[in-house]
Amino acid sequence: MGGNEVLAERARNWGRFARSDAARGWLLVSPTALYALLLLAAPLATVLAFSFWTQDFLDIDRTFTLNNYREALAEPLYRELILRSVLIAGAVTLATVVLAYPIAYFVSFHVRPERKSMWIFLITIPFWTSYLIRVFLWKVILGFNGVVNTSLQGLGLIEEPLSFILYNPNAVVITLAHAFAPFAILPIFVALEKIDRSLLEASRDLGESRITTFFRVTLPLSVPGVAAAVLIVFIPTVGDYVTPRLVGGPDGLMIANMIQTQFLRLNNAPMGATLSVLAMVTVGVISLVFLALLARWLRVKQ
Amino acid sequence: MKGRGLYVYALAYLIFLYAPIVLLPIFAFNDSTVIAFPLSGFTTQWFAEIPETPALIDSVQTSLVIAATTAILSTGLGICAARAGAKYDFPGKRPVLGFIMLPLVLPEIIVAVSLLVVLLGLGLSLSSWTVILGHTLICTPFCIAILNSAFGNLDPSLEEASFDLGETRFTTFRLVTLPLVMPGIISSLLIAFTISLDEFIIAFFLTGTEPTLPVYLWGQLRFPQKIPVVMALGTILVASSVLILAVAEYFRCRGIARTGGKDTGGFL
Amino acid sequence: MKSPIIHLTGVHKYYGDYHALRGIDLDIAEGEFFSLLGPSGCGKTTLLRTIAGFEDVSDGTLLLDGKDMEGVAPNRRPTNMVFQSYAIFPHLSVAQNVGFGLRRSSMSKEAKARAVGEALEMVGLGGYGNRAAHALSGGQRQRVALARALILKPRVLLLDEPLSALDKKLREQMQNELRRLQRQVGITFILVTHDQEEALIMSDRIAVMFEGEIAQLADPQTLYRRPATRRVAEFIGMMTFLPATVRGQEVEVAGLGRAEVEAEQCPGGLSDGDAHAGIRPELLSILFPGEETTRRVAEGVVEELTYYGDMTYYDVRLEGCERPVTISMKNMPGRPVLERGAPARVAWDARSLVIFG
Repeated sequence: MGGNEVLAERARNWGRFARSDAARGWLLVSPTALYALLLLAAPLATVLAFSFWTQDFLDIDRTFTLNNYREALAEPLYRELILRSVLIAGAVTLATVVLAYPIAYFVSFHVRPERKSMWIFLITIPFWTSYLIRVFLWKVILGFNGVVNTSLQGLGLIEEPLSFILYNPNAVVITLAHAFAPFAILPIFVALEKIDRSLLEASRDLGESRITTFFRVTLPLSVPGVAAAVLIVFIPTVGDYVTPRLVGGPDGLMIANMIQTQFLRLNNAPMGATLSVLAMVTVGVISLVFLALLARWLRVKQ
Repeated sequence: MKGRGLYVYALAYLIFLYAPIVLLPIFAFNDSTVIAFPLSGFTTQWFAEIPETPALIDSVQTSLVIAATTAILSTGLGICAARAGAKYDFPGKRPVLGFIMLPLVLPEIIVAVSLLVVLLGLGLSLSSWTVILGHTLICTPFCIAILNSAFGNLDPSLEEASFDLGETRFTTFRLVTLPLVMPGIISSLLIAFTISLDEFIIAFFLTGTEPTLPVYLWGQLRFPQKIPVVMALGTILVASSVLILAVAEYFRCRGIARTGGKDTGGFL
Repeated sequence: MKSPIIHLTGVHKYYGDYHALRGIDLDIAEGEFFSLLGPSGCGKTTLLRTIAGFEDVSDGTLLLDGKDMEGVAPNRRPTNMVFQSYAIFPHLSVAQNVGFGLRRSSMSKEAKARAVGEALEMVGLGGYGNRAAHALSGGQRQRVALARALILKPRVLLLDEPLSALDKKLREQMQNELRRLQRQVGITFILVTHDQEEALIMSDRIAVMFEGEIAQLADPQTLYRRPATRRVAEFIGMMTFLPATVRGQEVEVAGLGRAEVEAEQCPGGLSDGDAHAGIRPELLSILFPGEETTRRVAEGVVEELTYYGDMTYYDVRLEGCERPVTISMKNMPGRPVLERGAPARVAWDARSLVIFG
C-alpha cells in the first residue's frame, strides 16, 4: 500500500515536471541548441585543440605544445596583421557609428511614424545586395580611373588621379563603413525609439534647450543602442576577408587573409587555428574591456 | 531648422549607401570591357552572354538549391528556438539562446575555418551539403530575430483560449498559432534565402566541386574581360533581392497588423 | 449550500521561490455567482488559472464536479474562460470565433450555425456573425468572448477581470447584463476582479484574497457590514478607524464616547486594552442646526469636504480625537452644504461600530 502511494506520488511529480515550462522549453529549444552545439561549440573546441597541435607534413602531430603561440607572437608579420585588423576595425566602427547616429536620430525623431518603416527599408536594401559585387564596385568608385577621380578631374579640381584612396587601409575603412551601415543604424534606431518622448518634453519644461536636452537625456538613454552597434560592427569587421583582399592592397591585408592562407595555401591548419584563437581572444578582450568601461562610465554619470 | 539640416544629411547618407548599387546597371549596359569612366555606349551584350556561360548557370543552380534548403532548415530551427524563448521560462534560457545567437557576432572566417577543420577531421568530403550546414548555422540567428517578433507579438491568451475551448496543444498550434505567425515565417524564409544566396566566405571554405554563385563570381573578378557579365548578373541579382525583400517586408508588416502588435521597424 | 461544483483543499502554488497560493480551501456551489476579490498580486488570477488548468497546483487537490483535476489539460475540463484581453482570434470572423469550440463536436453544420446564431443573440450581437474580429469595439469583443465560452455549455464559466478594459458607463451596463446572463443560463460563474464595488454588485459570495490567502469568504452584505479584519474593511468600501479602549463589553471611542457593543461587532473577539473602532461614512450623520435625534451626538468641526453632486463627504474633527471621521451626507433641497470650519453635530449609534483588536 505504502509502496503504491510512493509510486503514485512519483508519477504525480513527474507529470507536473513534464507539464512544466522548464521541461517544455528545453524540449522545444533542444533541436536548435543541439545544432549549435554540434556545428558551433564542437568546431570552436576543435580549433582550440588544433592550436596546441603541430602540422607534420600531411599529418597532425597531436602532442600538446605551445609552440604555435610562441611562433605566432614572435613573428612580426602576425603581430602586425592582428594589430592592423584591430585598428582598421576600430576606425570602421568609429566612422560607421558616428555617421549612423544622426541617421537613426533623424528617422526616429523627424520622420512621421507611418513613414519610418519605409526609411528603415530604404536603409537596409543596399545591405542585402551582393556583398561581393558591392565591394568590387567600391574598387570601381575609388580606382585610378574610378568615379571619384574622373569626376574630380572633370571638374578640374585635381590634375592627377588621387592614389591614396585605393589599395590601402583607407579604402578598407570606407568600404566596410558602407557595408556595416545598417548594423549600426538599426540598434541605435531601436534604442532611440524606446525613449519616452515625454522625457524630452520634461527636460525642455525644466529649462534645458533642445541641444542640452539631447546631451543630457537623449544621448545617455541611447547608449545601449550605441554599445550594441559598436560590438555588432567591430567584431565581424576584425575578421573580414573580402574587403581587404579586393581593395586593401598589400598594406591593407588583415588577419582573416592570413588565416585563409595558413589553412588553404600553406596547409598549416594548426597555425591557422592559433591565429584564429588569437584573433578571437583579442576581439573578446577588447569587447569586454569596452563593455566594462562603458558600465563604469554609466555608473559615474549616475 | 535642425530637422532640415538632418534631412539633407540623411539624403547625402542615402546617396553614399546607394552609390555602388547605382553604378551596377550603368556598367552592365556599358559597351566596354573596362569598368571605368568615361562610358562608351549602350549594349545588352553582357546580359545576352549570361545564358551562354554554363559554369555560371550551374553555380546559380547550386546556389538556389543551397539557399532554399538553408532557408527551410534555419527557419525550422528558428521556430523551435523563438517559440521556446517566447513561451517558456526555463533554467538556462538566456545562455542557451545567447549561444545560439552567437554566430551573429562571430567573424565569419572563424565559423568557416572551424567548420572546415571538423568536417575534414571527420573525413567528410566537401559538397553542397557542407555549405548548407554552415549557412544554416549563420542564418538561424537572423531567423530567430525575425520570428521572435512574430511569436512575441502573439497574445498568449489566444492559445490559451483555443486550449480552453477544447483544442489540443497540437491543433491549437495549427489552427491559431501558425496562421498568426505565418507572415513571420515567410519573411524568415526569404531572409535566410537571401543571406545564403549572398554568403561568400563560408561557401568559399566549404564548397566542394560545385561552386556557389559568389564563389564563382570571386573567381571571375580576377579576369577583367569577364567583369561586364558579372555586372549584368549583379544587376539581375540586385533587382531580384529588392523584390524578395519588398515581399518579405510586406509579409512582416501584415503579420504585425494581424497580431495587432506595434511596428518596431526593421528586420533586426 | 447546494452540492459543490468546485472543491479545493490545501491548494498551494509556487513559482520558483515565490509562494503565490498559500493553502486555499474553498467550495463553490453549482449555479453560484462567485467572485475572487483582491489587490493585484494577491493570487486571485493564479487561482482562476489553476481552476481552468493553465497552472498546475504545486500541492493540494482540486476537484471539479467531484473529479480530481490533477494532470487534466484545460481542453478536457468542463470549464471555459473569458480572458482579460478577450483573446478574440484576429484571423477569424465573429461567427468563426464563437463557433471555435464546436469544431470537434458531432453536431451537423446547420446545427452548429444555429448554435452560433443563438449564442450571438444571447449576448445581443445577432447579425454580427460575418464581421471581422478586429473591427469590433471593446464591448463587442467582450460579448463575443462570452458567447464563445458559453456556447460549449461549461459547468463553470471563469471570468478574468472581464470588465476592466471598459469605460465606466459600459462597465455598469455589462455588470447588469452579466448578472442577467448568469441567472438565465444557471451556470456557475467565477469572476476575478480588483474592483470591490463590482464584486459587491454582482456576486452571491465573495472571497477576499491577500498575499495568496483567503482573508474572508462571505456574502456581500456580511462582507460589508462585518468585515473579518481591518484589512478587509479597508479594502471594501470606506471606513474610518478611531482609537478605542476596551473594558469588558464597553468600548471608549475617541471623539465619540462610551458605548456597549455586541459580540458580533467584534470579529476578532473582544479583549481588554487598546483597539480600533471602525465606522462607515453613511452610518454617521451631521444634524441640521436645531434638529433633534434619539441617537447619540458628538460635537466637531468640518475640516475638509468633497462634493460629489448627489453626496457630500465631510471630514469632521471630533472633540477629543486627533483623526477626523469621514461622513457621507445625501444632498437634498433645504439641506445646505456645510463649509470648512463650520461646527458640526454628529449623530451615531453604538451598533454601527466594528471593533478590531
